[in-house]
Formats: sequence, C-alpha cells, structure tokens
Amino acid sequence: MNDMTPIAKVQTTLKDWESDQEVRWCPGCGDYAILKAVQRTLPELGADPANTVFVSGIGCSSRFPYYVESYGFHTIHGRAPAVATGVKLANPKLDIWLVTGDGDGMSIGGNHTMHLLRRNLNCQVMLFNNEIYGLTKGQYSPTSREGTASPTTPLGSVDRPASPCAFALGSGARFIARAYDTGKQLPDVLKAAYHHKGAAFVEIFQNCIVYNKDRFADFTEKAVADGHQLWLKDGEPMLFGKGTKGITLDRDALTLKVVDVVANEDGKPDWQGAGVIVHNVRNKAVAHMLVDMPFGPFPMALGVLFDDPRPTFEDSLLGQDAKAREGKEANLAKLLAKGQTWTVAGTAADPV
Amino acid sequence: MATILADTEFPAAPGGTPAPEAVVVRFAGDSGDGMQLTGGQFTLSTALAGNDLATFPDFPAEIRAPQGTLFGVSAFQINFGSTAIETAGDAPDVLVAMNPAALKMNVQALKPGGLVIADTGEFTKRNLEKAKYDVSPLDDGSLAKWDLLAFDISALTLESVKPFGLGNKEALRCKNMWTLGLALWMFDREREPIIQWLKDKFRKNPVLADANIAALNAGHAYGETAELAGPLKQTHLDPVPTAPGLYRTVTGAEAVSLGLVAGAQLASLPMFFGGYPITPASAILHNLAKLKEFGVTTFQAEDEIAAICSAIGASYAGQLGVTSSSGPGIALKGEAMGLAIMTELPLVIVNSQRGGPSTGLPTKTEQSDLYQAVYGRNGDAPLPVIAARSPSDAFECAIEACRIAVQYMTPVILLTDGYIANAAEPWSVPNPADFAPFPVTFLETNNNPDGGKVLPYKRGENGVRPWIKPGTPGLTHRIGGIEKAIDTGDLDYSPLAHQTQTDARKAKIDGVAKGTPAQEVTQGTETGKLVVVGWGSTYGPITQAVRKARAKGLDVSHVHVRHIWPLPQNLGELLKGYDKVLVPEMNTGQFKTVLRDQFLIDARPLAKTSGQPFTIAEIEAAIDAMLA
Repeated sequence: MNDMTPIAKVQTTLKDWESDQEVRWCPGCGDYAILKAVQRTLPELGADPANTVFVSGIGCSSRFPYYVESYGFHTIHGRAPAVATGVKLANPKLDIWLVTGDGDGMSIGGNHTMHLLRRNLNCQVMLFNNEIYGLTKGQYSPTSREGTASPTTPLGSVDRPASPCAFALGSGARFIARAYDTGKQLPDVLKAAYHHKGAAFVEIFQNCIVYNKDRFADFTEKAVADGHQLWLKDGEPMLFGKGTKGITLDRDALTLKVVDVVANEDGKPDWQGAGVIVHNVRNKAVAHMLVDMPFGPFPMALGVLFDDPRPTFEDSLLGQDAKAREGKEANLAKLLAKGQTWTVAGTAADPV
Repeated sequence: MATILADTEFPAAPGGTPAPEAVVVRFAGDSGDGMQLTGGQFTLSTALAGNDLATFPDFPAEIRAPQGTLFGVSAFQINFGSTAIETAGDAPDVLVAMNPAALKMNVQALKPGGLVIADTGEFTKRNLEKAKYDVSPLDDGSLAKWDLLAFDISALTLESVKPFGLGNKEALRCKNMWTLGLALWMFDREREPIIQWLKDKFRKNPVLADANIAALNAGHAYGETAELAGPLKQTHLDPVPTAPGLYRTVTGAEAVSLGLVAGAQLASLPMFFGGYPITPASAILHNLAKLKEFGVTTFQAEDEIAAICSAIGASYAGQLGVTSSSGPGIALKGEAMGLAIMTELPLVIVNSQRGGPSTGLPTKTEQSDLYQAVYGRNGDAPLPVIAARSPSDAFECAIEACRIAVQYMTPVILLTDGYIANAAEPWSVPNPADFAPFPVTFLETNNNPDGGKVLPYKRGENGVRPWIKPGTPGLTHRIGGIEKAIDTGDLDYSPLAHQTQTDARKAKIDGVAKGTPAQEVTQGTETGKLVVVGWGSTYGPITQAVRKARAKGLDVSHVHVRHIWPLPQNLGELLKGYDKVLVPEMNTGQFKTVLRDQFLIDARPLAKTSGQPFTIAEIEAAIDAMLA
C-alpha cells in the first residue's frame, strides 16, 4: 500500500487550526463546510501546523489559506501549482495542501494543474468545483454544463464542460477522488488523499449559493443521496441505492452498466449474482470509465476512484541531484578557474 | 596584391614588417558549417597567445536553415590585438567566406583593402543561385576593392582526410578545422590546444579526431605554401600588457551563471533556478543544471510563468529563487513579479534581452526591455534593476543582484542582452574571498514586542520585513498578493493600508540607492561640454569612441550606469555638470527618457535597433555632431 508521509504526529484540536481571521465567504457557502472538514481532519492526521502550508490561487476557494492557522500563501490566478512546486522542491519536508477552483485550476491554471499531476509532486490538491466563477460575479466556468446562462452567456453556454477528474487522470495523476462539501465522507477522502504519497487530486463539489445554487442537489440532497451516490471502496462491490443497484461491466460493449441487485435469502444483496464488479483502486481503465460515467443514467461516482502511487517528483529530482553531488566538492574558486585558463606572468616590478 | 592587415596608422615592428595593433576577423558560413565552433576555438588560441579580444557571434534563428541560403548564414567575428579591446570591431580586416551566401551577407562590412578568403569548392552554380548571384563574384571583378584569396578549401580538406576513409559528407565537415588551421597560421598561433580539444571532443570516435586534426594541420601547412606564393602573409600580434594573474575566456551567460552561484554562496543559501527554454537565455539554465554540487536545484518549468512562480515558492521556503528569460518570457512573468513585490520575497530575474516586440529577433541583440524592467508591471510596483556592461561584468552584477534581493527582500532584475550572453572575452579569474559575504538570517522567534502573533510585515532597518521560513515552529502566518495590514500582513484593503504599504514599498526600493556606490565618471572629467551616458553592452563602443574623441582633443566624457533603478544618488548632479548629454542605446531612447524624467535634463538619444551592436564609428560621429 501507500507509504505514510513521514511526518511526526502532533497533538492538535480543530481550534488549533482556526486562524484569527474573519471568514468572508457568503453565508451558506459550501466553502464553510469544506473548511470545517479540513480543520477536523488535520488533528486526526496528526499534522503539524508549523509544517503545513496551504497554497492557493485566486477565487473564492483560494481565500482558504487565510482561515487556517498554518503557513499559507495566497498566490495569483492559476499559478498555485507552480508556487507549490517551488516550495516543495525547496523543502520537501513541508506538507502541502493546494486549494483551487474550477476557474483557477481548470481554466487559467489548467496547464500548471496538468504538470503538477504529471510530475507527481507530493501534495494534496483540493479543487472546489462549483461550476461557476463566483468571485467575479457569476460568469460560466470551464465546468459549467451546456446551456448555463450567465452574464457572459446570456443565451446559455454552448461549449461542453471539462471533467476535472477525467482531466486529472489524463494528466497522469496517481490518485483521484471525489467528494462534496457537506458530505460526511469528506474527511475520510481527505485522509486517503493525505496518505497517498504523490499528487492526490480531490474534486470537491461545492455549492455556490449565490450564483449556482443547488447545482449538485440532484445527488447531494438527502432524499436522493442513496439512489444517486456510488461510494467507491477498494475491494468492495460497486453498490448503491442501499444495495439494490450495482455497477457491472458490459463485456460486449466494454462499458459500465447499472444492474438491479436482489437480496439473498439472508437479506444481503446478491451482487455476485447480478455481476456487480469489485472496485480496485489500481485499475486505471475502470477509473477512466468511472470518471466519465454520465450522471443521470448512472449515479455520481464518489470516494477514491483511483490510487496507485508512483515515485514522487521531489524524491526523483532531489534524489538525482543528491547523487550528482556525491563525491564532488563545492569549491567556487576551482569552478571559476575551470576550463581553458592561462596565466599572465608577473614582472620583477609587479610580481604575481 | 596588396599587403594585408597593414594599417599605416600603426608603427612598424622591429624588422620592418608593419604590425597592426588589432585585427578583426570574421568567419562566415552556412549554419551547419561549424562557424561558431571555429570562432570559439580561434578565440581560445587568441587568448592563449596573450592578446586581448572581444567576439560577436551572429547566427540565424533557424537551427539548420536550408543549406546555402542567405538567411542560413552564421558568422563569428573576433577583434583581437596587443592593446585593450572592448568591442568586436567595426569592420573586419579578414573575411573567411565558406560559401557564396556567406560572402554576399558579409563582404560589404569588410574594410576596403581587407582580405577575402573564399572556398571556391562551394561556388557552384546551385550555390550561386541560392545566394542570388547571376555571375560568380570571384570572377566578375566585383570584389576589386578587396584582396581575394580564392581556392578550393573543400577539395583540399577532402584530400587531407582521405586516409581516414570518411564518407564525403563527414569528410567535408572537417572544412572548418582546415580553415581554422589556416587562420592559426596567419596569426602565428599554437595548434596544440586545439588538437587537445579535438582529441577530447571526439574521444569516443578517435578516427574523427584524427581526421579533424589532419585537416587542421593541412590548413596550417597551406598557409606556409601560400605565403611562399605571395598572397598571404603571417602576422604576429604581441601580447597585450596585462595585469599578472590567472585568466580564462568567459561568455555573459557563463558569467551570470557563475555570479549567481557565487551570490547564493555569499548569502549562505541554496539556490533554486526555475527556467523555461528561450533564446538567448537558455544557456544559463544549461550551465546551472551542471552545478548541483553548489547547492543548486534547477527546474525546467512548463512555461515562463511557472518558472518564476516556482522560484517565488522556493524563496518563500527559504532558498534563493532565481529565474531567467528573454523579453517575451519576461512579459509573461510580469504578474508574478508583482506577487514577489507584494509579498516582499527575494528573487533574481535575469533578462537576456533580444530584439522585440513579440518574437522579434530571437538571436539578435537589443536593449529594448528597459521600460519593461523599470515600469512594466501593473500597479505601483518598483523593483531594483541592474545592467551588466560586458560578459565579465555580468559576474559581479549577478552577485549584486543576489545581494540586493536578499538584503531588501525584493525581486531584482538583472539585464544583459544577446550580445553579452553569447560574446566571449578574457576574464581575470576572481578570487571568491574578495567578495564580502552577506549571509541571510531568518526570523526564528516571535518578533511581536507585545507577545501577540508574529508580525511578518513588521519593517526593520531600511524598511525590510523579516524572512520567515515555513516549517518554523510558532511563526505560522499567511501571505499573499492581496493588500495587507501594517505589521500583521493580515488581509486589509483599507485606504490606510494601501497608502501606507504603497509608500513603504516605494521607500524601500528608493533606499536601495543608499547602499550602492556613487556613480563614477568612467572616462574623462567630472564636468565638461559633453557626456556620453551608457548602460549595458554599449560599454565597449562608447569607451572606444570617447577614447578616440578625447585623443582628438574633444571635451567629452563617458558615464556608464550599472544601477538603472534606483539610479545612483549623485547621478543627477553629476550629469548636470555637463553642457550636453548623449545616450546611445540599442532601442528608441528608453534610458534617455528615464534620465529626463528623473533629472529634468535634456538628454539626447542615439538610437539603434538593427539587431547589431553599435560600431565605434557610429558613436564617434554622434559625438562629433553634438560638439559641432
């Protein structure tokens, strides 16, 4: 399994992770729930505030670092992954949380997100997806669904949305997870991300109550949650709807399919009988299908979709550097005098 | 045939042979002909012979432009002599033209009476057509005002490497070494260092090494034969009187890289270099990537923005963040520079300027990013700007940039240009012990006198905030690009906060001038009729032009400015001591505008934007005109 991040465990409480700054999100914003979930999770992880750095870009989500009592860097639009890369390479012992949004991380900073994931920098990437530009007052975003009416698309948007998890997987991310702001499972997803050594990408559906209210209600509302949320657990069958439905592989079409699951005599769902497949977090092919599963005919795939670690960027790069340094001395005088040199001899009046 | 290289101005050497004080040679050929390599090795042999020198590599943006074309011509000019040399020379005395295109593109620059050496083997019908010659210039008398030595270098090269059984193409590649051999003979140079270099370069393929050495020797031997026949003369230039010590040749890109390494050492910091490939700045990233043992981490980022942002991240984490680029890349970094200014983190940004705007002239030199460096950011965003005047000066400038960055917690721009980056000159190898260290101290305990939370923006001496590394227990805090409260750095965009912080950021950068040396007169007197003010790589031609003008008795002085922003505190008063101010620049007059703006003086521009450095004559003519 994954290596634990080798950080000394520190005793803290939720209160220790609250900064003295007044939180300035709109009342009712999903960001509050995510902030609390993070502040609740960090003590459970034994994280050390002095060793923790929250790095963000620009947008509502990116105000996050100001509210966490740790080190924090609120950078510029889209560039948090690049700043985080420098921080981690300069001090790989730091534990980095990257906070971004659908505009910040998928639009202006899409390039940096891709390369951070491809390089596999060891950090947690939390992408708050509210499918809208909130801080600039409601323009459609790269994850907005087709037909989204906004100040810049009064007739409805015509471009198809990007899927953050599909993008992350395509970029080479080795950990992909999904959760939503008010979901009680969010801390567990964050913990899994934390324990993955490498870039851990977590898409968090977040309710923008001002500009895109209840956009995710059709699977987050209590009344519909069971029937529309597929919580994935490694080694467990892909069941939802309280075990009455499951996901199977249509072996002829090579696609996923929803099947009904009936109960055995003991009352437990006969998922084997229905052909429901077992989630294997290392199966990238199935992960591709899960992130692309169209919501509606299918439930929303949540939890850890993919988790298959590879060597991290900082270990590989700094390891290579350390090897290159072996047996070499850092003698500046010698370096300056390197290459083809010549000596101009002194004279009796002006000896060398 | 006329005697070559003789210049009647110069005194005759003992023995009666006229000895020139300096000679300019230009090697020109196809971009695949290895002219830069030939020039580089000739430079080395010249340095070893004890001559002072300056070089000017001039190559196309295309890596291997179609063979024989006019736009594929690559040239390398070297000026060397027995006196101090500061420019690559105005007009060549000798042009080595490896094909018709090289001849066409370069012959007009040649001094009247200069020598053309041409490879007739390449003057084929096809190559003449490609160079847009109807008739071969070797035959039609169009080269009459120069001496011409035309012979089949290609055939002679093939003959010389015959014993090694190379294919025709490979054999012809040895042409540049044959030519170098001839040049070494012409100027009485040792072949041994080049032979050693070839052995080393081709150590995995000794046959190629031997073939190239054979070509080199054959070219050398040809010189002796040709001399016997008359047209070619051997010239010996005495070593230049030089301060004793250890010397090497250095390009600006090398000197910047070494200066950054030295600067990081003097600051007692590891260095993080984030870069993205761009001409002509990539060489710095290449150089530093090989210097891991000096505590250097290099990172090739996905783009220019990521390059600077990663460097900012590294500085935030306690290393010396450095990034480098050329104009277009610097433009992309602009917003991130603002972040470094706003968060007050040290950072060094090297701009190897090239012709612009947009892609402009990727491989040609210009000084047109001065406005961009001084003014080119959103908001009131001051940062120190330093300009190197020569390849070797770039070493000290890089150290100075590191010093200011860490002592003032600010990004610093170091300006060089394509000319400085690529040109080589002899360099008296400095002793690192001669530079005063400026070790950095990080804040490790709470600086709040009331014992409350840490104050990351509490300004100390010179208005500088403390540098606090994440990972330090008890000092957790947040920083960002948004306006901040006094001392605490908490998010605050109140009128008071923005006014106070804007003033504080400006005062801090203005104050950098208090710690930099007063501007000295580079050449001449402290008052007078005319001062020529320069910055950056115009140093060479201005120095020579002012020297010549003063020799003629003209009242002209030279002031060369390293600290472009903030300007030296005495500069305004100094310049007001002259009746007239002339500012030669490879742009349309940017520094001239800064001087007018800062000092309300009538600075006059001398603008050049051809992608070529100034010639001495151009500046001399402007001096004459100003004093007429």
